[in-house]
Amino acid sequence: MGDITIGQMYPASSAVHRLDPRFKIVFTIMFVVMLFTAGSALTVAVNAAFVLIAYTLAKIPLKMLVKTLRPVIPIVVFMLIFNVLFYSGETVLLKLWIFKITLEGLKSAVFMVFRIVLIVAGTSLLTYTTSSIELTDAIESLLSPLKKLKFPVHELAMMMTIALRFIPTLIEETQKIMSAQKARGADFESGNLIARVKALLPILIPLFISAIKRASELATAMESRCYHNGIGRTRLKTLKSGKNDIAALMVMTGLLALVVVLSMFNL
Amino acid sequence: MQETLIRCENVSFQYGEERDNLTALKNIDLEINRGEFVAILGHNGSGKSTLAKHFNAVLTPTNEGRVLVGGIDTKDEERVFEVRRQVGMVFQNPDNQIVATVVEEDVAFAPENLGVEPSEIRRRVDEALEAVGMSEYKKHAPHKLSGGQKQRVAIAGVLAMQSDCIVLDEPTAMLDPQGREQVISTIVKLAREQGKTVVLITHFMEEAALCDRVIVMNDGQILLDGTPKEVFSKRAELKSVGLSVPAVTELCAILNESGLDISPDIISEEECLKEVSRVLKG
Repeated sequence: MGDITIGQMYPASSAVHRLDPRFKIVFTIMFVVMLFTAGSALTVAVNAAFVLIAYTLAKIPLKMLVKTLRPVIPIVVFMLIFNVLFYSGETVLLKLWIFKITLEGLKSAVFMVFRIVLIVAGTSLLTYTTSSIELTDAIESLLSPLKKLKFPVHELAMMMTIALRFIPTLIEETQKIMSAQKARGADFESGNLIARVKALLPILIPLFISAIKRASELATAMESRCYHNGIGRTRLKTLKSGKNDIAALMVMTGLLALVVVLSMFNL
Repeated sequence: MQETLIRCENVSFQYGEERDNLTALKNIDLEINRGEFVAILGHNGSGKSTLAKHFNAVLTPTNEGRVLVGGIDTKDEERVFEVRRQVGMVFQNPDNQIVATVVEEDVAFAPENLGVEPSEIRRRVDEALEAVGMSEYKKHAPHKLSGGQKQRVAIAGVLAMQSDCIVLDEPTAMLDPQGREQVISTIVKLAREQGKTVVLITHFMEEAALCDRVIVMNDGQILLDGTPKEVFSKRAELKSVGLSVPAVTELCAILNESGLDISPDIISEEECLKEVSRVLKG
């Protein structure tokens, strides 16, 4: 459990990995817009092709893609059944008791499945190809115009970094506390839902107390290293964008335009 | 010529309200010179950590006393970062002082805060990691390192700030013997080879014996202040405040008391070995 990191990165040396993380975030947003604009077989196919090509360029094996999609299977199945049974279409194919399966329902269900699969696959590509530090730096950089509105952009990014830093530490701590409580006869596995939730209290309380203590010590340590919000702060690594980022931006914009135009003509 | 780096003048400190009466420091006068390697000893609650936190303005005296670091009063809020840049601090728990998710990013934290140029930060980070022998781990995640390695990263974080003085608050208290050895040899190297002023707060007598000067604290006051030999020769006084002397010192003192011609002010194993073999041969 100690290896858990949010949005595990898949380290590889690829052009996609090397893109400026700020551009990658923008591309992800563009992709989501593109996907939701798509309403026809052709435009959905464009999106699917984009995702497949992007995975190939990022050198991420198909096995990873399958692993990503596994948790969404229940949602997909639910959406599929819901759409097939309750979509009010006109071309009835089959009638079962009060349900009728229509051609339109089937179509809508298939579209829905494609959309869910593609959105999960496409957005996962961002975290597969970008480290958590790059992500927080990129978010800080992208949100920096909000500083003018007194929005604490730097503080937000700092909080994200610290949260990511402390996830493994707190997981380890949770395991220690659980072992300690088990050694004292605590039972986390039996009983109904309420009993189990109640059994978690003796874990949560020590965990919170220790987290607050840690926070206070960390604050002292940060102050000792001259931390004083983001004013005048420099970075070891500065984000740089290059030719590849501009090229990728042009491709993305072209694709988005294509999908929008195709949708306007109902293709 | 010795230049005073840290000067405490009549420093008292009280936690909480006056009526709680938790006086941690009582009228401390102390000077630490540039380049000195000082140990501060004391049992829990003797005020040693509280005193250390005064050296880099994390705490300031609650009376009219003052602490001067390189001539700057730590109560001067305008110049507090100058004080903290000069006096770096390493704490007891290695997990609670590492900020970033990659070793080199963490070492870069202080220079980033100080607004140092990226190319200069890169140079300092590489140099600091080299000095503590952690260069090969620079891309690692801190939570996967051992305790001793984490503490060395924390020391590198202070070095990257180019502090004149490093204050270490019980840096080895949570480490296994191997980690303790790594950290202590790093500290000794910094003090002896790089000429840094080092203040080591500890309750391990063997660590204190490595320093040039030992200050013993008890009940918020300075009880003893001198070279390790001077301090550890006052065995009875140390015992009365719940402290011991290094095992070799204890051994030689007992041998001396039992009539053998062994010097009682031995503080290192090598010295003890020499003395004992001299007596055995003689």
